[in-house]
Amino acid sequence: MYKIVEARSVGLNIKQFVIEAPRIARKQRPGQFVILRLHEKGERIPLTIKCSDPAAGTVTIVVQAIGKTTSLLNCLEAGDSILDIVGPLGHPSDIQNYGTVVILAGSVGTAMALPTALALKQAGNHVIFIEGARSTEMVVFEDEVRQASSEAFIMTDDGTYGEQGLVTKKLQELIAGGLRINFILAVGPVPMMRAVAQIAVPLGIRTMVSLNSIMVDGTGMCGGCRVLLGNQSKFACVDGPEFDAAQVNFDVLMQRNAMYRDKECQSLRDFKEHEQEELAELRAELAARERELAELEIEEKHYV
Amino acid sequence: MSESETSALEQRNTVPLKDRMKIPRTVMPELDPQVRSRNFGEVNLGLPTLEALTEASRCIECAKPGCVVHCPVGVKIKEVVALISAGNYLAAASKMREDNALPAITGRVCPQENQCEGGCVLGKKGAPVAIGNLERFIADFERNSGHLGLPPIAPSTGKNVAIVGSGPAGLSAAGDLVQKGHRVRVFEALHELGGVLIYGIPEFRLPKSIVKTEVDNLRRMGVEFETNVVVGKSVTIDELMHNEHFDAVFVATGAGLPQFLGIPGEHFNGVYSANEFLTRINLMRAYADVDQPVYDCRDRDVIVVGGGNTAMDAVRTARRLGARTATLVYRRSQAEMPARAEEVHHAIAEGIEFRMLANPVEFIGDEKGWLTGARCVRMELGESDADGRRRPVPIAGSEFILPANVAIIGVGTNANPLIQSSTPDLKTNKWNYILADPETMRTSKRGVFAGGDIVTGSATVILAMGAGRKAAVSIHDYLTTGLWR
Ligand SMILES: Cc1cc2nc3c(=O)[nH]c(=O)nc-3n(C[C@H](O)[C@H](O)[C@H](O)COP(=O)(O)OP(=O)(O)OC[C@H]3O[C@@H](n4cnc5c(N)ncnc54)[C@H](O)[C@@H]3O)c2cc1C
Ligand SMILES: Cc1cc2nc3c(=O)[nH]c(=O)nc-3n(C[C@H](O)[C@H](O)[C@H](O)COP(=O)(O)OP(=O)(O)OC[C@H]3O[C@@H](n4cnc5c(N)ncnc54)[C@H](O)[C@@H]3O)c2cc1C
Ligand code: SF4
Ligand code: SF4
Ligand code: FES
Repeated sequence: MYKIVEARSVGLNIKQFVIEAPRIARKQRPGQFVILRLHEKGERIPLTIKCSDPAAGTVTIVVQAIGKTTSLLNCLEAGDSILDIVGPLGHPSDIQNYGTVVILAGSVGTAMALPTALALKQAGNHVIFIEGARSTEMVVFEDEVRQASSEAFIMTDDGTYGEQGLVTKKLQELIAGGLRINFILAVGPVPMMRAVAQIAVPLGIRTMVSLNSIMVDGTGMCGGCRVLLGNQSKFACVDGPEFDAAQVNFDVLMQRNAMYRDKECQSLRDFKEHEQEELAELRAELAARERELAELEIEEKHYV
Repeated sequence: MSESETSALEQRNTVPLKDRMKIPRTVMPELDPQVRSRNFGEVNLGLPTLEALTEASRCIECAKPGCVVHCPVGVKIKEVVALISAGNYLAAASKMREDNALPAITGRVCPQENQCEGGCVLGKKGAPVAIGNLERFIADFERNSGHLGLPPIAPSTGKNVAIVGSGPAGLSAAGDLVQKGHRVRVFEALHELGGVLIYGIPEFRLPKSIVKTEVDNLRRMGVEFETNVVVGKSVTIDELMHNEHFDAVFVATGAGLPQFLGIPGEHFNGVYSANEFLTRINLMRAYADVDQPVYDCRDRDVIVVGGGNTAMDAVRTARRLGARTATLVYRRSQAEMPARAEEVHHAIAEGIEFRMLANPVEFIGDEKGWLTGARCVRMELGESDADGRRRPVPIAGSEFILPANVAIIGVGTNANPLIQSSTPDLKTNKWNYILADPETMRTSKRGVFAGGDIVTGSATVILAMGAGRKAAVSIHDYLTTGLWR
């Protein structure tokens, strides 16, 4: 059981959690993620580690509620616990001094890209961060984005904040303005990452994308997260999650991510109807688990 | 002992040897195939006491028992069976435990026909003694009696052992080492303990509660468990040894990496590895809600590729989740199938269709990326290969299409790689299995031992358990002498 020490809303349906997980905190590098599970029958979902504090033994994650599991997770508050959390998983981002780096991130992708942006800046890169969001209330971590970059642009689809347009619009403007880019990282919805790849790859710019395929174990054991790179199959959890955009087959990724769409929608609808009951049930289950662990401990002491 | 049991025993004692050999092998009672192919209840119900006594009385107590020779851990079967015959089930169970730490599990899943029962002299003329069923009988008796005699624990040695992986190899090493007075901590990547016993082998063959009981017993004996730790990622072996002061490490991470077929169309939605399918059902409880399974197999055509236990488990699971057709596609013939013989019989009774001597060459799908079928080629058996099995060869021009909404690939697994890649001084072979001495389980790295599937490649529960116990002996030797020999 992993205690939530801090929980706060940072945007529309987006919440940041600080969780006690000392082992993960000690080892985390930018670009790595955790997999967590909320209850006995719950699914295991991957979430990027935004940052960690090895001394305090905590990791920070940022969650956008889009389906049942993330919605239930975002009902939790400080003092609640997460049943299981494992990590850090995946390869860390490849941090080098590339020169000029552009990072494009959409909505919650911003939180996912922040640790890598910061590390790249610290490695001496000129980091340009382009954050995109649908609307004002989805713009997150503006201050941190500015700290982690040399230049920052905020784009909103509806123009209610920053500049109007998609992140790719800004990228094209920068390129048209004669900027020489040495490295690009795109983190966000698949259509966004594909659009970035379509612009940058033909120009020969080294471009990485962080692939959000569906995962189960996160250790290479199930193959459910497989993505197509050229004609080679790779496992996003152990070979990624960042891959060379020039190789990625985005169509297959989108098709596979839609695999459970009907069920996901159904289970989200069911959840919305019984949100409070489900939350109460979850808390009861966690309390029971805590008692069970305590009893086992007593029994152990008794025997030894 | 009840009256009927006593009288059965008296009867048995008066039956002459010659007549004993005429007693037919008792039949394991099982759930009705019609019923069980729609639920996850355990198929085999267990021998009733009288039947177990009758079965035990079939043993002719050979002077040189072939059964023992053919059991990979040399269980003293003759003595165990004699104790059953005498009605002393608890004593039989503890005799069993001298060689086999997990009898309730091996009694259910060992491929007995190739092992103990394959060596039983009665099998030459008729049916061998049902050793597996008896083993399960006494283990279940012991568990249900509540008289599980936990072994005594030696005084603390002050030494610490880390065990990586909680499959049968890791669990049995943990049990032996904690008894010798070492502090033992098991690290497991998943959220549940038991390895393949939990995430692979389904409830209808091995109820999870049995594995849980074994784990809880180890906990009572003082073994510490830490789940959600991926060694190689969450912590490395070197960090365990240097920062966390473990004097020895036993690597028992198994061979869990799924193999795909590498044919076109494997990315269609509806194509899964058997590991993913079974993990979702077993580990993540998708079977508990058979109304709304994560994997909607209901009224679908499901094919499973492979002929081993994994493929067999997947196809029978699909059937239980409501598949319209559940078909096993295997490139050799039924005689070459590596699955346990009993499971093959059970599968047939449950309405699993067998497409032998066929192999998929391409998956086909619709424009939305969903699987619609597999293009297969018929095979024939050619020359024998290195392991003595006849090699399947495709028959030219024999392609046909098998309609399928779900295809599950269960053609084998490879070594789990995370430890090897984070421990450069650990030597591996060209398939990335860890090199370890077959007797001492020592690896190329001082203080580090390895055993089970991560050394041998995918094998059996009993071999993994045997490796765990050998490793325990050798680790104890290293910890007490300090010699790396
Ligand atoms: C490496 C990685 C890092 C991620 N980091 C973050 C993060 O920092 N913050 C964040 O909010 N989200 C992150 N995600 C996405 C997050 O995992 C999904 O939003 C979450 O799994 C959705 O679960 P759900 O039950 O709420 O929604 P569902 O209704 O189950 O699904 C909604 C969508 O999420 C995707 N999805 C469903 N199950 C999984 C799964 N097990 N694994 C991956 N995707 C799934 C589906 O494609 C679907 O389109 C990350 C994904 C990956 C692969
Ligand atoms: C579906 C299926 C059915 C089978 N049926 C039978 C049968 O009927 N009879 C039979 O005898 N055998 C059967 N087998 C084979 C048998 O289960 C295995 O040979 C046996 O479990 C191997 O034991 P092990 O301890 O070596 O590894 P495993 O049981 O594979 O356990 C390894 C454990 O290590 C964990 N792990 C891996 N990497 C790490 C890491 N880096 N850090 C921490 N933990 C890690 C894994 O999560 C796993 O829990 C079957 C196998 C499968 C897959
Ligand atoms: S451990 Fe397996 S092979 Fe040995 S006696 Fe028991 S069932 Fe037979
Ligand atoms: S070989 Fe068969 S008959 Fe002989 S001792 Fe073993 S079980 Fe009994
Ligand atoms: S999540 Fe299972 S292999 Fe990647």
